[in-house]
This record gives sequence, structure tokens and C-alpha cells, in this order.
Amino acid sequence: MKAYIRSASAITAQNTFEQEQLLNEIINYETARLKAIEPDYKQYLDPKAIRRMSRIVKMGLTTAKDALQQAGVDQPDAIVTGTAYGCLEDTGVFLRGMIGQQEQDLSPTAFIQSTHNTVGAQIALNLKCHRYNNTFVHKGFSFENALIDAMLLLAEGDAQQVLVGAIDELTDDSFAILNRFDLYKTGDVNTATLYTEPSAGTIAGEGSAFFVLDSAPKNGDLCALGAIEIFYNPESAADVQQKITAFLSAQSLTAGDINLVLIGKNGDEKTDQFVDQFANGLFNDLQLCAFKHLFGEYPTVSGPALWLGAEVLKNQAVPKGLTASVNTPLNKLLIINQYKNKYFSLMLLSAV
Amino acid sequence: MSDKVYIAGLGAICAIGNTADECLASLKKGQDGIGEPSYLRTAHAGEIPVAEVKLSNTQLAEMTDMPSGTSRTALLSIVATKAAIQDAGLDLSTLRIGLISANTVGGMDKSEDFFADFMANEQAGDLAMVRHHECGSVTELVADQLGIKNYVTTISTACSSSANAIAHAARLIKAGMLEAAVAGGTDALTRFTLNGFNTLMILDRQRCQPFDENRRGLNLGEGAGYVLLVSEKTAATLTKQPYAQLSGYANANDAYHQTASSPEGTGSYLSMSNALERAGLQPKDISYINLHGTGTNNNDQSEATAIQRLFHPHFPPVSSTKSFTGHTLGASGGIEAVFSVLAIANGLVFPNLRLQEPMEGFDFSPERELLTGKQLNHVLSNSFGFGGNCTSLLFSKVS
Repeated sequence: MKAYIRSASAITAQNTFEQEQLLNEIINYETARLKAIEPDYKQYLDPKAIRRMSRIVKMGLTTAKDALQQAGVDQPDAIVTGTAYGCLEDTGVFLRGMIGQQEQDLSPTAFIQSTHNTVGAQIALNLKCHRYNNTFVHKGFSFENALIDAMLLLAEGDAQQVLVGAIDELTDDSFAILNRFDLYKTGDVNTATLYTEPSAGTIAGEGSAFFVLDSAPKNGDLCALGAIEIFYNPESAADVQQKITAFLSAQSLTAGDINLVLIGKNGDEKTDQFVDQFANGLFNDLQLCAFKHLFGEYPTVSGPALWLGAEVLKNQAVPKGLTASVNTPLNKLLIINQYKNKYFSLMLLSAV
Repeated sequence: MSDKVYIAGLGAICAIGNTADECLASLKKGQDGIGEPSYLRTAHAGEIPVAEVKLSNTQLAEMTDMPSGTSRTALLSIVATKAAIQDAGLDLSTLRIGLISANTVGGMDKSEDFFADFMANEQAGDLAMVRHHECGSVTELVADQLGIKNYVTTISTACSSSANAIAHAARLIKAGMLEAAVAGGTDALTRFTLNGFNTLMILDRQRCQPFDENRRGLNLGEGAGYVLLVSEKTAATLTKQPYAQLSGYANANDAYHQTASSPEGTGSYLSMSNALERAGLQPKDISYINLHGTGTNNNDQSEATAIQRLFHPHFPPVSSTKSFTGHTLGASGGIEAVFSVLAIANGLVFPNLRLQEPMEGFDFSPERELLTGKQLNHVLSNSFGFGGNCTSLLFSKVS
């Protein structure tokens, strides 16, 4: 399975949307909750509809439409989305109303928009697209599962152009609850020193990233997505190393062939220690480039990671604020993501 | 790469039975499972009937060796997935097997209790009750119980979720990524969904009457339904003949409204006709349609319009088994897949209960009585959901 990435669009805690230069100025945060920087939606969405939409729907629909526009595609052959948490804002609104009002006199609006397929559905509705439409909701694999489905559709020949995306939103309620699970840092935070001053916990993020994948190469492609693999709960760092080596070997590559590795460290000393264990044995410091200080940690952050990887290959340059310093040309880029050291994914990108 | 995917095992639990056999017995007897809730705590008890599984969480936890605080969604799923695997009599240890499961609200049955405490005080509420809130968490609990690791994922497309899970599993098998897969879905009754559907004013205050001119809405149900899908090569190693072949599937979007179906039934027409096309079949080849048939004014009108357009003048027998089970949301596609396969295996067309006056303006109407001794070659099962998600599955007799 191989696909060409025609376009990519992302709304994240960085200026990733409508950027002119790739991450020209990296925003550092001194908080454990990174919020997505939302654009003026009026350019993309019906102003009347905007008022009814939760943030996840607005972010998702806007990046989806932007990705389609960049690719020059009016109607994709399929729409596939991945979201771990789904539409939390509307879920919370309906829950609060239901409990607070003892199940009486509730409005349907929040419930209607609370289903996990709302973003995929709103895209279809907006485009009047009657084709394949699916939503994957499997924790730290939600986006990867959507991507695998998209690539399967291309391989089957049932689709030539697939819109695929990752969306998750953080709400006050979800942040408060996840915080109680000790996921996030409680002391001073500075995302600029996230990896050099390790402590317990990570930083929370949210965002949306959409892509148009094509089965055939075309002028203007950002890059090629050569292979993707996921694995759950590896036994040891050596196990992860073996899986990475085998993944590369299946593409006739070795670790040394990779120009840049986007690596899913997240500032949590426990996770990062494990990541260092497997990554340092395979790659040198110059190859490795962490990305979660940009977007925060969340189950579908592999979406923005893919956006970054595709843009780096297209631009043939790593944004200057990122730690890796590599020589061009950049031909092969590997994304290694981990979520909670349980959900691992590998994505191989090639310049075109 | 082989194009054939077979159904080797069935597992179901819902308001009309705790096993697929019990469900079949109820379907034959014409006995529905709709009534007052015994376990769901809601202000609407006594006013809105539901189709509850007739087991408490404690009983389900004992049956599955799970902690009693486990989400009912996961417990129901474990019962039905284990049954499907056992039914096939396969040694899973030698197979590359996946679990493709669907649900719509994950562990909401526990989260909504947690949330009441949390709303009063952000530091209150037992965290164990939200630990498995996510849809994917429910699937993971089940996968761990089954020991399935190769490929585990969760699909959530509202009421078409588990039909999409079955179609996705078939595609993973066809692509050679898996040799077998447990696929289907689960959903437990929650106050969240009951109140959600209640605000839409589509819940029947009586037992529902799908495809009736005077239908009043749907009854919510709960349960889990799974099929064990196997590749052609794996099917050859089975000790018994597979129940059926999954010969077609199609996913389309109505793209009309977030919750309402289009009057023309665009999405349902596309999902049915594309499933037929994938199987290389004509409308006249279909022996029975297990309808989505929720009993709402909108769904039944839209689905009937699509059937009228696609099947005229060769209408097969049709019925909605939601008149027995209620609408089990993310589980419905899985449960009805099990029923469709049982229909083929037993030569039965199940009745559409309580049909009094067929819908006007259509040249077909659902079966009121059980039909027996039928040769069913191809059975179509419809699942349509919020967000315009429409999926049809096509099951065929093994030749």
C-alpha cells in the first residue's frame, strides 16, 4: 500500500493553519494545556452555522475544506476520520443539562452533535458527498486506523482520492478529569525545555489535521506515504527497535537511510526514558526531532505529526526552531509516535 | 488474496435472548423483549418502554469473570464475542485474528453516574467509572479478555457502526492482513441516549410498530452482536460448514441532514444497490431484507422509498426485527447480521411484529407471520444512522 499526499491542513496550538512559512515562529507555552489557535472561520463556514458548531466540528470541517481546496478536489471518493474522544463539548453540554434538569426539558442540539461521526458527517453534508464515510474511535490508534482504512480503499481501487483526518478537542471538563489521572504536569511548565528538563506528566493538546491522499502521483504532491504500521503494548525497547528495523527493512531501508525522524517524546520522564532507550540505539541525535512540545500530547496528535512531516519534505527544510539540523536533500522521513507507551505507530514518508 | 469471506460463528445477546439460540427461539415464537426497565435508572421509567437485556450487571460480570463495576457495554460485548468464537470452534492461537468492534457511547453508562458527582465537585466522583469512557477503551477491555492482539479497532458511525465494523473486518481479511476477525458491535442502554432520543421526540410510548402507517417512533434497546469472519483458507479448516458468505457490503452517505434521512432515501438506496453490485447480484436475487426499520416516521418512509425504487417489481419479503429487540444503536448491525445469517441457516423469514396497517404508497409491506421452510439464497441487512451514514450488508448461502 502506498499513497501520495496531495495536501495537508492543520489547526493546532502552533500557527499551522494558513501559514506562509513553515512554523516561522514557534510559540512556547508556560502551561500544561495547549489550546488550538483557531482561525476566523467565516471564510470557510456559513456564519449562521458557525454559532451552532462546537470547536471540534469547526476545526475539523475547516481543515477538511482547506485540504480539499489545496488539492483541487471538489468531491473525494471517501471521507475517513479518526477521533479518540469524539465531540466532548456537546457530550458535556448534554450531560450537564440532563443531570442538572433531572432529565426534563432538554434541547436536542447538543445530543445531535455529540456522536463520534459528527465531523465526518458534517463534511459529507457540506460537500453533498454520498460516498464512503467512516469514523474510527480507537484511542491512540484512531487516526492511524483511519489512515490504514484510507490506504486500503486506495489499494482496493474503490477510491482514487480520499479525505482523511484526525480531530480531538479538549474541554474544561475533559482536562479536569484527565488531570486527575495524573496525565499532565502540575508544576512550572515551559514547552521550550520540555525534553531537557524532564518531570512527571506531559502537556495536553488538541487539534485537527486533514489530508487528501491520492492513489497516483501528481504534480504538487507534498510527499508519498510509503508505509504505515501500528503495534500495541510492545514488551521492551528492544522489541520496538526490532519492529522499526523490520518495518524499514520491508521498504529496503535501514535506520541510516532516514534523513529525519519525527519522534513522539512528550516530556513525561517515564515515557521519554523508554523512547530514548529504543530511539538512541537506532538513530543519532541529528536524525531525531521531537514534535509534541509544539502541539501537546493527545491520542490523535499523529495527525499534526503527519502534517509536519509532509510539509518538511515539501519545503525541504526543518523549521529553525526545531532541534534537528539535517542536510538537504531530505528524502526519507520517519514518524515514530507513541501514546502512553502503549500505542505505537510508524509512518514512512518519501520526498517526491 | 481471496475474495471470499465466510461467517463461521455467531454471538448475540439482547432483549430477546442471552444467546443466539435463545434469540432464534424468541424470533420464532414472535416474542419481543420490550417493556419497563429493570436495570436502567431513569426518570422516564414507566413512561418510555425499552428493550433491556434481562440480566443485571452483577450477573453479566459473573458470566464474564469481570469486575462488577465494568461498563455494561463491555460486559455485553464479552458475552457475545466469546459466544461467536466458541460457536466457530476455531483454535485462535494459530490464526492472525482481529477484533473490529463498534459502539456509540462507550462506557457512558458509568460516566453519566460519575458526572453527577463531578458536576457538584470537580475532585469528586470515582475515577474508575470514567477510566473506560472512550469507545476504544470498551473494545480494548474485550480484546484483552479474548486475548486478541493482532488488529484491534473501534468504529463509531452512530446506528450503522457495527455494520461498518463487519464490512471493515471483511476488507482486512480480503487484503490478507487478517485470517479471521470477530466483528460487530455493542451498546448498553444509558440515560444519555434515552434522553437524547427523547428530545428528538422519536421514542414510542408504546411498543414500536415499524413500517406501520400509524407508527409512532422507536424503542431503544441494548445488546451486542458479533460474527466470526474467516478467510476462504481458514474456512477450509473448520470442522463444520460456515453459516454463510458475506458476499457484499457498501457504505454510502445520505448527505441530507445531521439526523434526518432524505425523503428519497438517497443514502439507503446507494448502500443497498452498491452492496448488490459488489456481490454481482440483481434485486430479484434477494430472498429477504432485514430492514433498518426503526419505527420512526422519517426512517421508515425514507427506507421504504429506497426499497420501492430499487426492488420494484421484485419485492422480497422484508421485516424489521427491531420490533423484537428495539433499536440497539451501535449493536444493531451486529445483532441483525446474526439474525440475517440465522434466517439463511434455518430457512426462516422473521415476522415484523404488531404491523396493523401497512404504510401507504408502497407496493410492498413487511411479513406479519414467521415464514418457514424458505430457501434463502441472499439476505440484505440495512443499518442507517445519524450523520447520514448508511451501510448494507449482504449475506449469501454457501453454495
